[in-house]
Amino acid sequence: MGTSVFYFVATLSVIFSLLVIFSKNPVHSVLYLILTFFTFTVHYVLLNAQFLAVVNFIVYMGAIMVLFLFVLMLLNLNKDNEPLKSNMVKIVGVIAGCCLLVTLIGSLKATAVSDPVLLRNPDLGLLKNLGKELFGPFMLPFELSSILLLSAMVGAVLLTKKEKV
Amino acid sequence: MIIDLVWLVPLIPLIGFILNGLGRNTFSKGLTGFIGSGVIFISFAISVGIFLALGSDPVKSHEIFLFDWISAGSLHIPLSFLVDPLSSIMLLIITGVGFLIHIYSIGYMHGDEGFGKFFSYLNLFIFFMLLLVLGSNYIVMFIGWEGVGLCSYLLIGFWYTNSNYASAAKKAFVMNRIGDLGFLLGVFFIFTTFGSVEFSKIFPQAANMLPGNSTIALIALLLFIGACGKSAQLPLFTWLPDAMAGPTPVSALIHAATMVTAGIYMIARSNILFDLAPMIQHIIAIVGLATAIVAAIIALTQTDIKKVLAYSTVSQLGYMFLGLGVGAYDGAFFHVITHAFFKALLFLCAGSVIHALHHEQDMRHMGGLRKKLPVTFITMLIGTIAIAGLPPFSGFFSKDEILAHVYTHDKLMWGIAVFGAFLTAFYMFRMLFLTFYGKYRGTHHAEEKIHESPGSMTIPLIVLAVLSAAGGIIGIPEVLGGSHWLSHWLAPVIHHTAESPDHATEYALMAVSVIGVLISIGVAYSRYIGKNHIPAPDEAKRSLLANLSYNKFYFDEIYDALIRKPLDILSGFFYRIFDNKIVDGIVNGLGWGTSEASKGLRLVQSGNVGFYIFMMVVGIISLLLYTYLSL
Amino acid sequence: MTHQLQGVPLNHYIWLSAIIFTIGVIGVLTRRNAIVIFMSVELMLNAVNLLLTAFSVHSNDPSGQVFVFFIMALAAAEVAVGLSIIVMVYRNTQSTDINVLNRLKW
Repeated sequence: MGTSVFYFVATLSVIFSLLVIFSKNPVHSVLYLILTFFTFTVHYVLLNAQFLAVVNFIVYMGAIMVLFLFVLMLLNLNKDNEPLKSNMVKIVGVIAGCCLLVTLIGSLKATAVSDPVLLRNPDLGLLKNLGKELFGPFMLPFELSSILLLSAMVGAVLLTKKEKV
Repeated sequence: MIIDLVWLVPLIPLIGFILNGLGRNTFSKGLTGFIGSGVIFISFAISVGIFLALGSDPVKSHEIFLFDWISAGSLHIPLSFLVDPLSSIMLLIITGVGFLIHIYSIGYMHGDEGFGKFFSYLNLFIFFMLLLVLGSNYIVMFIGWEGVGLCSYLLIGFWYTNSNYASAAKKAFVMNRIGDLGFLLGVFFIFTTFGSVEFSKIFPQAANMLPGNSTIALIALLLFIGACGKSAQLPLFTWLPDAMAGPTPVSALIHAATMVTAGIYMIARSNILFDLAPMIQHIIAIVGLATAIVAAIIALTQTDIKKVLAYSTVSQLGYMFLGLGVGAYDGAFFHVITHAFFKALLFLCAGSVIHALHHEQDMRHMGGLRKKLPVTFITMLIGTIAIAGLPPFSGFFSKDEILAHVYTHDKLMWGIAVFGAFLTAFYMFRMLFLTFYGKYRGTHHAEEKIHESPGSMTIPLIVLAVLSAAGGIIGIPEVLGGSHWLSHWLAPVIHHTAESPDHATEYALMAVSVIGVLISIGVAYSRYIGKNHIPAPDEAKRSLLANLSYNKFYFDEIYDALIRKPLDILSGFFYRIFDNKIVDGIVNGLGWGTSEASKGLRLVQSGNVGFYIFMMVVGIISLLLYTYLSL
Repeated sequence: MTHQLQGVPLNHYIWLSAIIFTIGVIGVLTRRNAIVIFMSVELMLNAVNLLLTAFSVHSNDPSGQVFVFFIMALAAAEVAVGLSIIVMVYRNTQSTDINVLNRLKW
């Protein structure tokens, strides 16, 4: 079966992501997005990036998607009341996207490198290995990202606070 | 040794300038005058010491090195002074005459508000003039050259609230600049030709050259143009008469005795170069002669007492250039010395008259001042006789020396030059008669106020009168039993002397000129005393020649029409077309185009996020396509 | 199991990422609901994450996976701020339609 698992999951990824953007109800979109992210988690597992798989599972599927859902519910947007763009705009958007895809694939063809992805070091994506990397060469960015998260937190609180007029 | 102290000579006037300049509002007039004259007197005393020391010294040329001023590549310009017979005499003239004029100014300027300013400028002028004559290279000379031009500008425009005076100052400055450009170019050529600007390096090289070298001729021509500007020769002479706008002591010091002779000094200094360019010498002689005659003719009909003297100065400078042109450098320099004495004297006398008449300068409103201003009259008489060239006054010897050399050079030139000398005698005595003889022609009210000038003014007059009368001693030619001391003194500097005619001819020439001068004086006497002729008012009709003379040959008008107007029109054209349309057009157009383009582009910024993203995608696609296609 | 799964050509990972990314772009272009657009952005981010991981494994370099970790941290921060902005906008305009938000112009 080998590589067929990858192709199966990849197909699912594409289908779910298409559903994300084409379902009219935002809540359905979020749910499909969660499924898409789940397939991504499977991809990470297939690549033996176990740490990322776990983080993706917890942070994306857990925290972020819950946040999306929470906001949708809060704003009471679980209806198909989105004013639709004209078909013209949709067609142009799809065509532009396809053009982008074609160009991307085309430029890939130009480089023409197609080695199989081989896992030479089974420990590569493990927590121990990444932790050493993170607290070694990437020490400073890692510390700085904590400031980023702090400022995001402060920003979010500040933005949503009702102004006292 | 005192020669090594030569740097004090210019330094002390500079100190005086600084003191008087800083204290111009706080010092009393007495203190200002004391400082101003005192520093010049110290310089004069040192100069006398240097002169005496040089006389007893077998080495006649001392270069006193002060410090390296510019040193770049092969260019070395030290600030160093050259003490030799030529510069030591110039030192004596500048500080000596300068000192007398400073004393005179104390009396002349006592009522002026800018007393302190005046003395500081005068001291500054003396400083630069000393720098000019002491410099041991062309660059230091040029500093002094420019500096005296600046002081001349400042002092002509001393009463700058009068716009005519201010523009006279500008005119002098601009005219001088034209000459200065020539001088500067000449110095550049000297540097490229000889590889140095030091006199002590240039002249030995030049001594080994043969005449007829075209580069040397070009250098000589350019230096001569420089001298033309500074010494008011055709065609750059029109600034000097206008320069009379300055206070009279300034006219005496700067525009008669010292600064205007800088050009002659410079040519005499570079005489080796000029000897190598016979054609340029010929041009110098012709220009000098033409200037002498044209200025003399103009002086015949002028009515302003200072204008007469100004044109007389131009004319005398023309004689000096004539002397330089025929190779009589020592003769020309002799005339510089005597001219400094008698022309300073004449100007100061004129100043005394003007002072007595409360700033009346028009001779038509003078007359009969002989009794009222006795000292001024006698001294001015001496000065007039000296310039007219009657023996044994100083002007006779110097002028006749030049004329004698001209005679051996070219007979026709001699004829014209002698005629000019007759004119000189005529217009000078005309001035004297109009001013001091006959009846007073001003108002009765003004007549009562006329008074002789104070002692501070008359004493310099007397000293200068003595010098004017006796100054010829230094150059009595052999033919009259003298030894021509000046010629021997200058021999180390002047390498070549023009030939003198034989004795019989020289006696004849002197006789001709003396008789001619006496006849001219007689004509002037009969016209202005015998017939009591008074110059006609401005608007009166004149004969063609008199009209030309009265209007100064329309030089100003011709320059106006030939140079100023076309320049004005051209500038106006460029202003309207080039500046307004093209330059401003480009600048304004850029601004207009930017703002219009922005107005258009602003609409693209519609606020529609979807459109932004679409454009972003288009951008990504085109970037990728570009890299893909260019692979 | 991991041994058997190896051997997928790198190009296929790139294709998959490109397709997902393009779907994200199309979503951004065609939808008007700000939250859905947001989700499309998340899709694009994840496509890039997957690609980074694939390259990391392919070139045996853990830096790629560290980078993905940073992107996730950034995405979390971005979502928090972004969603709060949307909440604020909704409070003021009663809509999450991006066409309403066209006042950011001169």
